Amino acid sequence: MMSNKLVYMDNNATTRIAPEVVKAMAEVEASVYGNASSMHSFGREANRYVEDARKNVADLLECHPEEITFTSGASEANNTVFSIARALIEKKKGSRIITTTIEHPSIIETVKYLKKEGIRVDLVGVDNEGRVRMDELEKLMGPDVVLVSVMTGNNETGTIQDIEKISALAHRHGALMHTDATQAIGKIEVSAKKWNLDYVSMSGHKFYGPKGVGVLYARKYAPFEPFVHGGEQEHGRRAGTYNTAAIYGLGLAAKLAKEGLKEEHDRLWEMRERLRKGLVENIPDVVVNGCQEHCLPGTLDISFPCAEGESILLMLDMNGIAVSTGSACATGSLEPSYVLLACGLDVELAHGSIRFSLGRYNTDEDVDYVIQVLPPIIKRLREISTR
Amino acid sequence: MSSSFMADWVYTDVVKDHFMNPRNIWEKDEDWEPDAFGEVGSLACGDQMRVGIKVFNDKIADIRWLTYGCASAIASTSMMSEMVKGMSLSEAYHITPSMITDALGGLPEHKFHCSVLGDKALRAAIDNYLEKNNLPNPYKNAIAKVVCECRNVTDQQIEELVKTDKATTLEELQQLTGYGTGCGKCKKNIEHIFEEMRHIYGKS
Repeated sequence: MMSNKLVYMDNNATTRIAPEVVKAMAEVEASVYGNASSMHSFGREANRYVEDARKNVADLLECHPEEITFTSGASEANNTVFSIARALIEKKKGSRIITTTIEHPSIIETVKYLKKEGIRVDLVGVDNEGRVRMDELEKLMGPDVVLVSVMTGNNETGTIQDIEKISALAHRHGALMHTDATQAIGKIEVSAKKWNLDYVSMSGHKFYGPKGVGVLYARKYAPFEPFVHGGEQEHGRRAGTYNTAAIYGLGLAAKLAKEGLKEEHDRLWEMRERLRKGLVENIPDVVVNGCQEHCLPGTLDISFPCAEGESILLMLDMNGIAVSTGSACATGSLEPSYVLLACGLDVELAHGSIRFSLGRYNTDEDVDYVIQVLPPIIKRLREISTR
Repeated sequence: MSSSFMADWVYTDVVKDHFMNPRNIWEKDEDWEPDAFGEVGSLACGDQMRVGIKVFNDKIADIRWLTYGCASAIASTSMMSEMVKGMSLSEAYHITPSMITDALGGLPEHKFHCSVLGDKALRAAIDNYLEKNNLPNPYKNAIAKVVCECRNVTDQQIEELVKTDKATTLEELQQLTGYGTGCGKCKKNIEHIFEEMRHIYGKS
């Protein structure tokens, strides 16, 4: 019964690094060992690789290279932005931060911490499709808001927000605008210029780059406070010796993402729709979560009533298929996905949710394999279910 | 990678086996009438369990079950259903989650709570059997543990009060039992038990 076929459909958790990126990184790691901050030729050589990456990322985000700071990942970038906002509040430049109920834990948990420290943070809710309630946001806005932070695309539902519109609203009230674009990079266009953004977070491993390296874009003249102190790297914005190979790899991944963006988007969406139709046609009584109009092209979140998510996940795993679930049982807590609950989903539906996230290396064959494997699994779990 | 990649599965081989091939499932097309049954948990809580039993000569003659739950819940109920077949009602009533998880070769620590529904549903079924047949229930209080020494409150009492909606908050529980009003040492533990019971009986 053990399957030899392996299908990785958990690309929102992390992606397989692009072979051309690994190859380039290995060469850099092996031969470019100078410290990119050193003045000698070894250092200058390493620095060229770092600056090459900075330019590639700036091209992707449509901004200036000097507005790019390399970090250890999106979590650090998000933490940095919120610590900047905290510093502004402590300097009495305002008194509030606004963010949403569906952000990544690196923001949700940071908010909990800041609230404990006495910082006021208001959370704006989302509708049933996971889209930010604009009327609610408008009501929350005021001259005392220092920062508005809204993710571009959600990791679970795939729902995309109208960041351009939210950014305009934030600026109208004199607030800074941040978006965590981690899930959107490489799938849809993310433009710091067009969307008029002050801060953007992203992570290398979500778009076929290496893990452990990310980016914080901060608009020129936007307030900045380092989160990691201890060195003059990144013009004093982020201390720590440059991870030359990883940064170069991220830059290369950014270049590939920009070059293939439209094609990648359309291919992912076609596969996603093939999967959605195949599952809806072959499994009775399913609920497709999130917004179908504004959705990251590779993400499909589905609830299967009367079948529990962890059981589905493990049965798929037995067949070589890797997915995620919003069920509490998979996390060890008693609460299912807060994102799905924030979208107004029934607790039971959240427990029975599965997230498929397609990526560059998936094929129609993978999709068809899932459509073949999953229906009998759901049927059996429903047979042994109490309902 | 392809042939042995499941070797480091999060669960033991025994758990995997019982999860993939659960024993004694209450198949909906099977003509099987239980003498009694019990149900605990709720779909909203992410786990619900129904256990049916046939009793002969004071022994569990046969058992069937259904569950909405995760792999641990499915595997532990399957294992439990194998263990209790042929047991006397008294023995079956005293089955504990640790006996089940031991037989499974262990569960990851954070999955332990998923294994407590099977034996609870079984006890509910035995209670149901004794009640239906107007028989005394000597077990119910025998397995009770005193959790508040000062006011002599047992876990069974708390379970009963939660199950019957008599205590829906900690305040109500305190009014009814007086727990924690003596030395106060038990408070944290009782609050934990209360939350767990609310979860199990679908009250939270």
